[in-house]
Amino acid sequence: MSVFDRPYDDPVRVLDEDGAVVGEVPDVDDETLVDIYRQMRLARHFDARAVSLQRQGRMGTYPPLSGQEGAQVGSAAALGDDDWIVPSYREHAAGFVRGRSLKRTLLYWMGHPDGNRVEDGVNVFPVAVPIASQVPHATGASWAASLRGTDEVFCCYFGDGATSEGDFHEGVNFAGVFDTPTVFFCNNNQWAISVPRARQTRSATLAQKAEAYGIDGVQVDGMDPLAVYRVTEAAVEKARDPEADRPRPTLIEAIQYRFGAHTTADDPTVYRDDDEVERWREKDPIPRLEAYLRSEGVLDEERVAEVESAVESRVADAIAAAESTARPEPRELFEHAYAEVPSELERQHEDLAAVRESRGDAAFLEE
Amino acid sequence: MTETQNLTLVQAVRDGLYTEMREDDDVLVLGQDVGKNGGVFRATEGLFDEFGGDRVVDTPLAESGIVGCAVGMAAMGLRPVPEIQFSGFMYPGFDQIVSHVARFRARTRGQFTVPLTLRAPYGGGIRAPEHHSESKEALYAHEAGLKVVIPSTPHDAKGLLAASIRDPDPVVFLEPKLIYRAFREQVPEEPYTVPIGEAVTRREGDDVAVFTYGAMTRPTLEAAETLAEEGIDCAVVDLRTVSPLDREAIVEAFEATGRAVVVHEAPKTGGLAGEITALIQEESLLYQEAPVGRVTGFDVPYPLYALEDYYLPTAARIEDGIREAVEF
Repeated sequence: MSVFDRPYDDPVRVLDEDGAVVGEVPDVDDETLVDIYRQMRLARHFDARAVSLQRQGRMGTYPPLSGQEGAQVGSAAALGDDDWIVPSYREHAAGFVRGRSLKRTLLYWMGHPDGNRVEDGVNVFPVAVPIASQVPHATGASWAASLRGTDEVFCCYFGDGATSEGDFHEGVNFAGVFDTPTVFFCNNNQWAISVPRARQTRSATLAQKAEAYGIDGVQVDGMDPLAVYRVTEAAVEKARDPEADRPRPTLIEAIQYRFGAHTTADDPTVYRDDDEVERWREKDPIPRLEAYLRSEGVLDEERVAEVESAVESRVADAIAAAESTARPEPRELFEHAYAEVPSELERQHEDLAAVRESRGDAAFLEE
Repeated sequence: MTETQNLTLVQAVRDGLYTEMREDDDVLVLGQDVGKNGGVFRATEGLFDEFGGDRVVDTPLAESGIVGCAVGMAAMGLRPVPEIQFSGFMYPGFDQIVSHVARFRARTRGQFTVPLTLRAPYGGGIRAPEHHSESKEALYAHEAGLKVVIPSTPHDAKGLLAASIRDPDPVVFLEPKLIYRAFREQVPEEPYTVPIGEAVTRREGDDVAVFTYGAMTRPTLEAAETLAEEGIDCAVVDLRTVSPLDREAIVEAFEATGRAVVVHEAPKTGGLAGEITALIQEESLLYQEAPVGRVTGFDVPYPLYALEDYYLPTAARIEDGIREAVEF
């Protein structure tokens, strides 16, 4: 039976909250399982350090992902080498899995333009900040792949709030009509800043919205990385095969929780109870997978310690590299608005350069 | 010898799409009614039969979806030419235009680009229903990262459209529907481009430089002929591109006479005429013999059509505006 033939409100599960197997474990080797674990640990540690950097004034506003590692890593790990992700602004972990560097991710939140540059050969769209606006991009990009007869699949990430936006509707609707190879991956973390999931829609699930577009929709326990992997893998396989007897696009609703704030500028204690946070912490994806992998003999104390120390040094190195990256030249402002710098922009640059020349950069920069 | 066809402006648009699609397999057209129907103004007539449904795509009725999907396609290397059926319906796609089309290149330092050409019929004067007659080019000209092109002749329409489709930057291509079928012109059958960002002098004259574009070019030329009988000799410059403006051509034409009038059907406040006036006084203050005149639409929402003849600049209003600049 296909993983998509189930009621919308019956999430796919593989591990329970204690890491015991309650569903079909995806067929992957031990190294992949350890990689998923390592990537989740990396994201969790990166996240804690990033919040700390912001608190110390070493980085700007940052959107934490803690609690959402299972959904991001499990899904990104299930994609093929040539597949793409089209992220929102919280998918740091999915980006790392696909090859985005920690350093550039930090640089983006440090306001450095190099942060938006994607590493060569890494199939990741630049993050989209306006909510749901990346959804039609994913449809268009996957449509292009399908027109060209290549077989890349595009996995588009967005949150529960995004499903209320027109662009979500338009993007998924186009995908249904043109049968594009797209996986729409909804990170339903229960809160759009302070607005709860129930305020986004009267629909009992977000997955059921797929019905209206004539595509498959499925819920998954988004804090169970193996369940997420299994569902995403099935969605990708179906997307890649135009001959499949099901629609190529899929809407996945990954039920999860953000443990922290919407961003470092947000105080969630204003709108949600500690009890609620504690209840969701019981579902933390990291100890769950760790318990399973220990029970399977894939991880032991020593290996866990190795992962921990490797993760810490990677993040420390990335922070050092990001913080030692020079401020870009002001000339950069003018370089990339157009393929060729228009003459008026040259003049505007000359104006800026003249003031820098006469007054020095101290006239511009805060100490 | 170059073969030519005698085409209207909208036929030249259609011919431009046809030749570019024939030249480059990556070019595709998407929008509402562009397929079998050939477009509500016939701008895509016959393209569906010629190139098939994968390249001439009827989409769901959703402007943000059309623009947003075109962004994704363009980022992956295609050259989409989305059509919005009327420019008055571009606003649902405005977030995509401003937040993504205009910014993709700059924010990724040139790594991701979206070289799409967003076409829309625009402007007033055809007795259309509400929301079908506005001129909002200033919104797009204000948006860094976009180019904004407005042809006024069949020959330019084909050449500028080809240039837009081939341009590495996204272009908003506004087609003045008042003159879609107003006159015909010999248009080469083969592909050619007219450069983006270059104004053209439609009439030489020594007394005053009149700057305009799109559908207002014709009443402006008409006014110039009438004034010539009175001994006022107008230069008429058709800007053709409103972003980036051909600043050199504007300055040169102004300095030759010391007097200028700008004509557009868009509202006065915040319109291109203000930008051109500022440019003239920044660059050429000491040449200035008179205030720069602005003959424009009024600062009111576009009226229902019973009053549109009073709203749109006419040859008579343009004449008076020019006379004022000359007699100052």
